[in-house]
Amino acid sequence: MEDILTAVKEGKEVVIVKLFGGHRFQIRLRTMGIREGKVIKVVSRHPFGGPLVVEVDGREATIGRGMAGKIIVEMNI
Amino acid sequence: MKKIVLMGNPNVGKSVVFSRLTGANVITSNYPGTTVDFYKGKMVFNKEDIEVIDAPGTYSLEPSNKAEEIALKILDQADLVINVVDATNLERNLFLTLELIEKKRPMVVALNIWDETKHLGISIDVKRLEEILKVPVITTNALSGEGIKELVSRLNEAESQEDIKQTGEEEKWIEIGHIIREVQKVIHRHHTIRDRISEATIKPITGIPISIIIIFISFWAVRFTGEVLIKFIFKPLFELYRPLAMIISNWLGSGFLHEVLIGKIIDGQIDFVQSMGILTTGLYVPFGMVYPYIVPFYLMLAVMEDTGYLPRLATLTDSLFHRLGTHGHGIVTVFLGLGCNVPGAFATRTLETKKQRFIAGTLMVISVPCMAQTAMIFGILGPYGLHYIFIVFTTLSAIYILMGLILNRFVKGESPEIFLEIPPYRRPNIRTMLKKTWMRVRWFLKDAIPFLFLGVLIVNILYAVGFLEWLGGIFAPITERWLGLPKEATAALMIGFLRKDLAVGMLLPLGMNPMQLVIAATVLTIYFPCVATFAVLLKELGVKDMIKATGVMIGTALIVGGLMRLILIGI
Repeated sequence: MEDILTAVKEGKEVVIVKLFGGHRFQIRLRTMGIREGKVIKVVSRHPFGGPLVVEVDGREATIGRGMAGKIIVEMNI
Repeated sequence: MKKIVLMGNPNVGKSVVFSRLTGANVITSNYPGTTVDFYKGKMVFNKEDIEVIDAPGTYSLEPSNKAEEIALKILDQADLVINVVDATNLERNLFLTLELIEKKRPMVVALNIWDETKHLGISIDVKRLEEILKVPVITTNALSGEGIKELVSRLNEAESQEDIKQTGEEEKWIEIGHIIREVQKVIHRHHTIRDRISEATIKPITGIPISIIIIFISFWAVRFTGEVLIKFIFKPLFELYRPLAMIISNWLGSGFLHEVLIGKIIDGQIDFVQSMGILTTGLYVPFGMVYPYIVPFYLMLAVMEDTGYLPRLATLTDSLFHRLGTHGHGIVTVFLGLGCNVPGAFATRTLETKKQRFIAGTLMVISVPCMAQTAMIFGILGPYGLHYIFIVFTTLSAIYILMGLILNRFVKGESPEIFLEIPPYRRPNIRTMLKKTWMRVRWFLKDAIPFLFLGVLIVNILYAVGFLEWLGGIFAPITERWLGLPKEATAALMIGFLRKDLAVGMLLPLGMNPMQLVIAATVLTIYFPCVATFAVLLKELGVKDMIKATGVMIGTALIVGGLMRLILIGI
């Protein structure tokens, strides 16, 4: 089942399927490790529309909620 | 002269490599975006002088902020590129490496942070990586200096690959996939205590209470250390100096030279804060009142920077900062600004859009007092009680938030969300921290002393010719009727453009009550930045935006000052 990254619960690991958004934005995501095929874990979700902290390849990154909404993931892995 | 340019992703240690190569001192930290400008240094290679340039970090050759644009401009000047790569993060770093190779400049790769790969269970076949990339790859630990000699000795092996074909983004990622499969093995490792601390400090439930405790302890420690240093070292030192200053005073007699060097004699004695002479107030403000706070503040900042705590704090505060038109990374401008507004203004470069840079810069100069000013506020308000200081800082924080909300609504432009790499926690190196603190303290001394002397000189000249009295008269309707301050306070506001610490000191002889001092100290923070900050901000924001920012500053100062007068003093 596919969904957007913002729907993923804290502590869960999912696989990145597709990225939306502008060309530069996609390059930036990929150069920070967030790219198709990677396993991504939601480490924490910050309240009041705050960012998500995600982990890819053992490295963490903070990403705004709107940006996270442009990342499509496969929930069942 | 030939030019070597250091290129690499943010926070891979370029500046540390730069320091090792050139012996030049630059500020290094454990968070992405420490270097926002380029630094030049020299090294000797094959008996030839070579210029080495440290560029801001960039994830790709498609810039996403002003600091990255600077990096690209510098790349164009390069005769040779040293691509610094984080060995613990090879895969994503390789994208820039492949882009750089396609630029057809002679290049070597420094595989930095090599020692950490072992702890993380990562093994990399360096020989194979060299064969695939067709560039020399040298493993380094810039922090300890390992590998730097080999890096230098192999610079002459660097060649440009003229026959390299240009590939698109997708092809590069496919190639990176192949390279990683061939050269890297990762053994799964168990969670360590470092991971647990990292998790606790970034999750809101635990992270927010921890951040409050950390900030409280940090600032308490700075204040405590500052007070102890003043009481037991700097005050006694100036008491030793007092008889000497008195001898000079008697020897000079009366006249203009006495006014400039020693200043007024109050009750038969020199008053180091109020006398307003170069050899009295001019020395006492920087050394007796500000320096004792500057040193512990910058040590505290170094701990925050070098452990890697700041990006976590940026994450925790992002929801708030994003509503103010910037995002969590704006906290870096606040922290640097609390030391000195100048580096704070430079740090706006890591923000993505013009709107964000305008808001972050304006908010900082309005409501973030630099350490020199803070120290003086503690110095003059402290004796009346801590709650007066509390009023000043609560008002300033409220203004930061309120003006942020307003500016975010009315300033045109985009305000993208936070997107920030969180570096692993690292044990700070004491020597690096001390060196960094010393560099910053030295900047303060180099910057403060001439301006303080100049300030004291100007005050004396302007008093002597009656200009300050005249100016006080003109602005009396504002200072007296609107802000409820004596009209002489205008002089302090004017000198605040040169040095804010001196300006706060100038409030003391005016015989104000503590509430008036609170208002004056607050208005003095808001109304205008000092000349050094003004110059940097003008360059960063441009003339048009700077005029707008100035309007915001003066408007805010008048409104807030008037309101404070109504609330704190009454009509």
